[in-house]
Amino acid sequence: MEEREVVVIGAGPAGLSAALEAARSGAHVLLVDENSKPGGQLFKQIHKFFGSRDHRAGVRGIDIGTQLLEEADALKIEVWLDAEVCGIFNQRDVWIVRNKEKSVNVRAQRIIIATGAVENSVNFPGWSLPGVMGAGAAQTMINLHRVLPGFKVLMVGSGNVGVIVSYQLLQAGADVKAIVEAAPRLGGYGVHTAKVRRAGVPFHTSHTVLEARGTDHVESATIVQIDDKWQPIPGTEKVLDVDTICIAAGLTPLVELAFAAGCEPLYSPLLGGMVPWHDASMRTSIPSIYIAGDISGVEEASTAMEEGRMAGLSAAHSLGYVAEQVYEVGFKAAEQRMLALRSGLFGQKRRDAKAAIMAQTRG
Amino acid sequence: MEHTTSDDKGLKVSGAPNLAELHASPCYQLPAEDRRALAAVIECIEGIPCNPCETACPQHAIIVGDEITNLPIVDLDKCNGCGICVAACPGLAIYLKKHTFKENLAYIAFPYEYVPLPVEGQTIRMVDRLGQDVCDGTVLRVVKIKKNDRTAVVHATYPNGYYEQVVNMQRLATD
Repeated sequence: MEEREVVVIGAGPAGLSAALEAARSGAHVLLVDENSKPGGQLFKQIHKFFGSRDHRAGVRGIDIGTQLLEEADALKIEVWLDAEVCGIFNQRDVWIVRNKEKSVNVRAQRIIIATGAVENSVNFPGWSLPGVMGAGAAQTMINLHRVLPGFKVLMVGSGNVGVIVSYQLLQAGADVKAIVEAAPRLGGYGVHTAKVRRAGVPFHTSHTVLEARGTDHVESATIVQIDDKWQPIPGTEKVLDVDTICIAAGLTPLVELAFAAGCEPLYSPLLGGMVPWHDASMRTSIPSIYIAGDISGVEEASTAMEEGRMAGLSAAHSLGYVAEQVYEVGFKAAEQRMLALRSGLFGQKRRDAKAAIMAQTRG
Repeated sequence: MEHTTSDDKGLKVSGAPNLAELHASPCYQLPAEDRRALAAVIECIEGIPCNPCETACPQHAIIVGDEITNLPIVDLDKCNGCGICVAACPGLAIYLKKHTFKENLAYIAFPYEYVPLPVEGQTIRMVDRLGQDVCDGTVLRVVKIKKNDRTAVVHATYPNGYYEQVVNMQRLATD
């Protein structure tokens, strides 16, 4: 069996940040990712990020990805790509299948799980027609593969993902015919909704998609107004001439690995559903296992990076790599940066939901 | 066309802030008609955690403060209309404006991240916050400096009868 001090699972913004922080502290880190390229969803984020200078605000996600990889390179962090983690046993043995052919067990003193989240689906008649896809999938197509999924798009969901991907679809040359939002008010940042609105994209609040029609692909979508009990109001149907329907209905944390390993679960509807319980240092109920990023509750890339830094620093500290005083200063700074991201109208609810998790004691 | 519906139910329903919301926000300050220099106008009224406008401004004319969810406020006495903030704002929520550039023409410089880009001298259609067609505009120049990181800033004039209404241009058709 191979041995490593810290194994980080997932090389997205959280995993990369965790690996960097742990390696900087002196720990020997192995970073594994099932994809052929590291970076997670960062390389399709072509917009400039929010936050402050400490959060790399104003820099496009794609460029933050490049910066993180350069830092990982400089620190000579060991990275295994095309490496699927199939299980964690005995709280520290990580079973990895490399390149779909070789099974390897790595005994880790600390494990940081940063597996991210998966897009939610919305079911309606016609939802399995080609042309219906997650907003994140459409974003991957346009920004990574440079393929336009369609020319006339209906976006379902007005959260930041829905409006940012709508904007990027416009940039890629598609026409976004409408954005529907089931709630009576739009979800995303006003600056994002304003950007697509002035580009001519209409919003329909209290509306949902009723059905998609087409023979072998989407040829139209029917939207309908819903009442305060979320029921369709007959007679309010509108047929939209679209060939693509993107679903931006939130994300669910990818928790299977953590739960199979025995991490205690907790339900947090605001953060996406079931999440592993964790404390402020990002440690789960199993002392050798930490989590960071969307697996610990769906937020955004900036918060994922901060959580990664906290998890990496804490894991290294628990291995004796960081002097107590240095740890305290570093951890407080990370907490302050995180607090800034979770403040204000939009952040307060996430901050409360996170506090509710940490208020419980486990482990 | 769906595009020309003229609902103006405000930021959280129509997607764009209406004038009542803007006028109620300390963030939004339309430069006075007799002001000679261009000035930054910010339409960021929600208190999101963000402050690159403040750190980008060479004149220290934009203040967010320690709490990065504070609204950004422009000190019009310090702002010299350089336009660095226009491309620095991740929300594309800042433009420069001036009421009287010459005769009855207003001046605007706004962020634009679509291709094709307009060119100097081109006649463009100006739009309001709801994306509605308002009037013709004329492109004075298109700034594409490296510092702006691929966000072009389009400078244009348009009839100043639409001074407050116009915020951007209609996207140009792709080839």
